[in-house]
Amino acid sequence: MIPRHLMIAMAVLLLAALGLTLYALHMRKTVEATPVAATDTRPLAPPVAGPTERVVLYVAHDDDGTLRPESALIPMPSGRQQRAEELLRALVSLYLDRSSPHVLGASSDVRSVFLVDPGVAVIDLNAAFADTHRSGVLIEELTVASFIETVASNTPGVLKVKILVDGKERETLAGHADLSQFYDVAAVNQLATQLQSGQ
Amino acid sequence: MPWIEGRHRTETRDAPPTGPGIRFSQSRKLTWAALPLVLVSVLLLSAVPEKHLSVYSLAANYSLLLTQREGRDYVGLLEVLEPLGKVSAKTERSRWRLRYNRTEADFEIGKARARVQGRDAELGAKFILENDRGLIPVSSLSSLLPRILGGPVTFHEESGRLFIGSVATHFTASLAGENPPRLVFNFTAPVNPSISTEPGNLRMTFSHEPLVAPASSTLTFGSKQIPSANYSESNGAAVITVNSTIPVMASFGPEGRTVTISPASGAPQTASGPPSANVPPAASTAQSQPSAPPPTPIARRYFAIVDASHGGDDPGEALSSTLFEKDITVALARSLRQELESRGITTLVLRDSDANLSVDQRAVFANADHSAIYVALHASSSGRGVRVYTALIPYNGDDRGPFRSWNTAQRSSVSLSRTTASAVASEMQKRQIPVRNLAAPLRPLNNVIGAAIAVEVAPQGEDVNQLTAPDFQQLITSAVATAIAANRDQLGAAP
Repeated sequence: MIPRHLMIAMAVLLLAALGLTLYALHMRKTVEATPVAATDTRPLAPPVAGPTERVVLYVAHDDDGTLRPESALIPMPSGRQQRAEELLRALVSLYLDRSSPHVLGASSDVRSVFLVDPGVAVIDLNAAFADTHRSGVLIEELTVASFIETVASNTPGVLKVKILVDGKERETLAGHADLSQFYDVAAVNQLATQLQSGQ
Repeated sequence: MPWIEGRHRTETRDAPPTGPGIRFSQSRKLTWAALPLVLVSVLLLSAVPEKHLSVYSLAANYSLLLTQREGRDYVGLLEVLEPLGKVSAKTERSRWRLRYNRTEADFEIGKARARVQGRDAELGAKFILENDRGLIPVSSLSSLLPRILGGPVTFHEESGRLFIGSVATHFTASLAGENPPRLVFNFTAPVNPSISTEPGNLRMTFSHEPLVAPASSTLTFGSKQIPSANYSESNGAAVITVNSTIPVMASFGPEGRTVTISPASGAPQTASGPPSANVPPAASTAQSQPSAPPPTPIARRYFAIVDASHGGDDPGEALSSTLFEKDITVALARSLRQELESRGITTLVLRDSDANLSVDQRAVFANADHSAIYVALHASSSGRGVRVYTALIPYNGDDRGPFRSWNTAQRSSVSLSRTTASAVASEMQKRQIPVRNLAAPLRPLNNVIGAAIAVEVAPQGEDVNQLTAPDFQQLITSAVATAIAANRDQLGAAP
């Protein structure tokens, strides 16, 4: 004959097992009912903290081959170098949009911007930026002028700019625009004026 | 061997660094350090220099890169014939059919025999087809080309120099005066050799001229200072080496038909006519530096140099799945040459076939020839109409005294380039072609010392095939040629 205390213990254990099973089923239903966010590794917003500022971005427009200054509100960090990086990341985000006036290849990004005194800015693009860039003198020139003019107009004191790809020097962006030299900001200013007219 | 191991350990810890263990350790480190050097040396020594074939004809002088296959030198037949006339080829299974003007030739992959106009022709080695590119052994050119071209061909196989028709340039050399001695070379056509000096000799290398050997490859002159000169050929070039016991320099006579070799200091510059500014450095000490020659007109062979951008491994923009920028630029270049020459402007097309040419090489050609205007041609599917570019000069080149930085060589000519670009844009507008005038970071514009512009042609509508239309090409090139002809005096007067 089974002792009474053992029977009580068995009954308690069975009740506990039943209760946990019901709880597990309930949790499963709750999880299934919760919508899962789509997997998208692209950054949606600049990963910076700081007050939002109004800045001028020089945006390339392929339809008429122009470069137009456009104001934008973006969060800007306090560091000079970080500010330049955020400016260019905002520009890239704009160009990555499908409705962009100057579409860049998917995964194009700015790795970093270095400001080296006196007056030198180095823009380091990722390999996908150059590898997927469309070829042509004007198309490449618009990209280069857009980046340099945006950095130079928002970062006082920059006199010359060098563009690297994946940390290395590259002959051209996509077969035409020369990346082997330092760009003279004064000359690029004049070019930007020419490009704004569309004539 | 525990004893040896123990002894080794003891020596490396306690003994002065002269024991065999240390020496062994050091020598091993040295071996590892030296290994990369040895490997680099072996690689450098084993590197085979690129071999070239220079082709000289009445239509064009050009150079092609040879391809090594199975221990033999091969060349693309289409590339040899393209600058000479209308040529096309198509592949049908194992056959490759070539049509040059009205001559048809039939090649079979892996076979050493071809058929030209229905008759057999021996190739000497098998025919190779790579990516629709028909490769023939270089040794077969002397027998195959006369049958395809229908005219005489002279091939210097060892030096890779091919003469099509009667194009040879001959020369004579004679000593004029003894104190100081001057050696005068007279050529039957204008020449523009590259000149290098080293102690004891001066070398003139003729890469683009169909220069042929004199009766004897060694010429003697009975002078103690300039006793002899030698003629030789190798890798697509002819070389004249002047042997001297004193530092010498070369100067060019009018029209480029005379080259005078004279002592580097204290002697007249040339034997006849005004000297040119093309004075090579003398191989000597500071005492023998020549005084600066007076400014004189430049001897140039071509007024205009037209550069078909891209080419070879660099296709430029893929305008469509079958149309590349490099093909359009060659067609535009040939059309522009025709338009310029019809206006009496001597013109050289830099890339007249599907050859690789670096931007530096393109600038060197333009600068060495002192052309009055350099025009680079581009094609694009984006935008509408024509863009005319001048150089966007990079940041502050490193000019040193009279020596100009390579990267900003264009600086002194940029205003003349802009004037020319404006004239071209104006001609485009007269023809109702949409046009823009811009600066561009586009090499080699910034490396050219004379006036230099680039013309990027885009279709007027959506259809990129318009770029292939001869009428459209001629519309563009006639505008460029008219502008250059109208500015001929201004361009020609520039140094």
